Amino acid sequence: MIEARHLTKVFRHRKRGEIRAVDDVSFTCRPGSIYGLLGVNGAGKTTILRMLATLLQPTAGSASVAGLSVTDHPARVRARLGFLATSTALYGRLTARETIAYFGKLNDLSAEQITRRTEHLATELHMHDFLDRRVDTFSTGMKQKTSIARTLVHDPDVIIFDEPTLGLDVLAARTIIAFVRDCRDRGKTVIYSTHIMSEVEKLCDVIGVVHGGRLLAEGSHTELKERTGTSDMEEVFVRTIGAESAA
Amino acid sequence: MNLRHATTVYLKELKDSLRDRRTLVSMFVIPTLLMPVIFVAFGTVTTKLVRKVRTETPTVMLLGGEDSPKVRAALAAQPRLKIVPSADDFRTRISEKKLRAAVRIPDDFDRSLHEGRPATVTIYTYEGELRSGFAAGEIDRFFRDYREKLIQARLEERGVPPSLLKPFELTRQNVAPPEKVGGNLIGGIIPCVIILLAFSGAMYPAMDLAAGEKERGTMETLLCSPASHTEIVLGKFLMVLTASLATVVLSALSTVVTFGLGASLFAREAMASVARGAGGAAVRHALPSLHPGGFLLSLTMVLPVAILFSSVLFTISLFAKSYKEAQSYLSPLVIVVILPAMLATLPGVDLNATLACIPVLNVALLSKELVSGIFNWPYITLIFLSTSVYAAASLTWAVKMFNRESVLFRS
Repeated sequence: MIEARHLTKVFRHRKRGEIRAVDDVSFTCRPGSIYGLLGVNGAGKTTILRMLATLLQPTAGSASVAGLSVTDHPARVRARLGFLATSTALYGRLTARETIAYFGKLNDLSAEQITRRTEHLATELHMHDFLDRRVDTFSTGMKQKTSIARTLVHDPDVIIFDEPTLGLDVLAARTIIAFVRDCRDRGKTVIYSTHIMSEVEKLCDVIGVVHGGRLLAEGSHTELKERTGTSDMEEVFVRTIGAESAA
Repeated sequence: MNLRHATTVYLKELKDSLRDRRTLVSMFVIPTLLMPVIFVAFGTVTTKLVRKVRTETPTVMLLGGEDSPKVRAALAAQPRLKIVPSADDFRTRISEKKLRAAVRIPDDFDRSLHEGRPATVTIYTYEGELRSGFAAGEIDRFFRDYREKLIQARLEERGVPPSLLKPFELTRQNVAPPEKVGGNLIGGIIPCVIILLAFSGAMYPAMDLAAGEKERGTMETLLCSPASHTEIVLGKFLMVLTASLATVVLSALSTVVTFGLGASLFAREAMASVARGAGGAAVRHALPSLHPGGFLLSLTMVLPVAILFSSVLFTISLFAKSYKEAQSYLSPLVIVVILPAMLATLPGVDLNATLACIPVLNVALLSKELVSGIFNWPYITLIFLSTSVYAAASLTWAVKMFNRESVLFRS
């Protein structure tokens, strides 16, 4: 489970002064469900996720992952969490197998556990053909599958996906989406951040619309559609952030 | 702190670096080839140049002395000089290196000598130019011999023994062991080179493992793992240190091999010179030698310096957003490092308690003493301790910086 309570992040910039990247955001994501964070680039999604992944310290508010406070137990939170972001790249000179093993070791898995998990993930993500090739020879899809495998090597309870289909072709994107859905079906707590409306509609049980660092609306896509009086998800989004902008 | 995490990070960085051509070049190829290339290339070029200059007959212009046929004839008979006719533009020709030197014989030179009146011969030369220097040397030698013979003849004429002018002989003999002579000759250069190598060996991995990782986006991937920031810094720092030490050790080995081979070549040449009766012993004694224990100890002293360099370079590189930015921060630091190392080579700059606390300079000064076989233990301890304190402080700084969001996620 993920719980965010009044989560706030303020950056102090020398020239631009105080920047409130995340402003009083609260939400809950339960096991066996996918919480979608929907927002344009720069809305504050990545900052929220970085705080949940303990990469950034909240300026105010609190958050817990699998019952552990992100500020009090950062290492234990990371051990229970899988974080996959567009900004999390791979080591080009390692093979996919070595990459998975590296993160397995950092998650304190034994050699036997690493071998077993590598085999399992390689089968699920169709990676056997390139498992022993160096990452710098990979296509974007191969890289993304390797990234997912290294994120999930320790079989975390909570998984955060930050724009995981960015730059992928349709087939690779479908594999990833199927995999995310599978994670939910196995009872994992999943946060899925994106600006692609169709993905949100297909995948997410609860959607949070983020704009200007604030959570403007929350609910299932049916609820949001009803609230905004439209059946198109893109229109839901535009009306939600439009109403805020007008206000 | 979980040392297993730090070891995992270190081993991964090592594997990654050993697969990187740029790291391999800076870590293995350059340090191994640097010393032999410097010695062989510099030695070969210098030897060839000097040999060529020695075999060349320099062109020398004879000015004046038309009324002194004796000295002109003696000069013209010199096989090591090619006398050219007098011309007014001799200064320009020397400056343009078309003429090696010129010599002006004063008017009435022969007669002045005959009558015992003082006379001055002037040699015109291009100061600092090797060929001109050789030509001037030949002219100088000729006139000294000429003067010597004249003195001998005058003394004989007056029935005075030559020992009257030379009541005693003066000789100089070296009592310092060869390693101390060697230490003085090259003791300053070796620490300079070692310090520079320790720095350059750490520079590339420091940039790659901090700024490079941030730029490629792999740093965030690593930060998502349960490894703490301290463990990550330690693993990465150990890799930078390994590269720095590998550079120094490989360079030291190649220096030892180069010196060993050079020594045997020198010895062979010296033996050949002895067989020809041409001062072989002098050649052998001219060969600088180093105190092996001191050389090893000075390498040990490099350890805290390498720790200091590795952590400082890693921390500064951490501030940079990209590899290129890190390069612009770190490259000028070479001067900051090489200046104190060079200061140590200056005459009169000797180790004292204050200098023993100045990083880099202290190790450079100590190494100079160590390779000469001087073991000043209180200073060795003080320098090791002070450099270790600086190294520990900079490593703490690295960890502190690694925990700052503004540094890790600078945009």
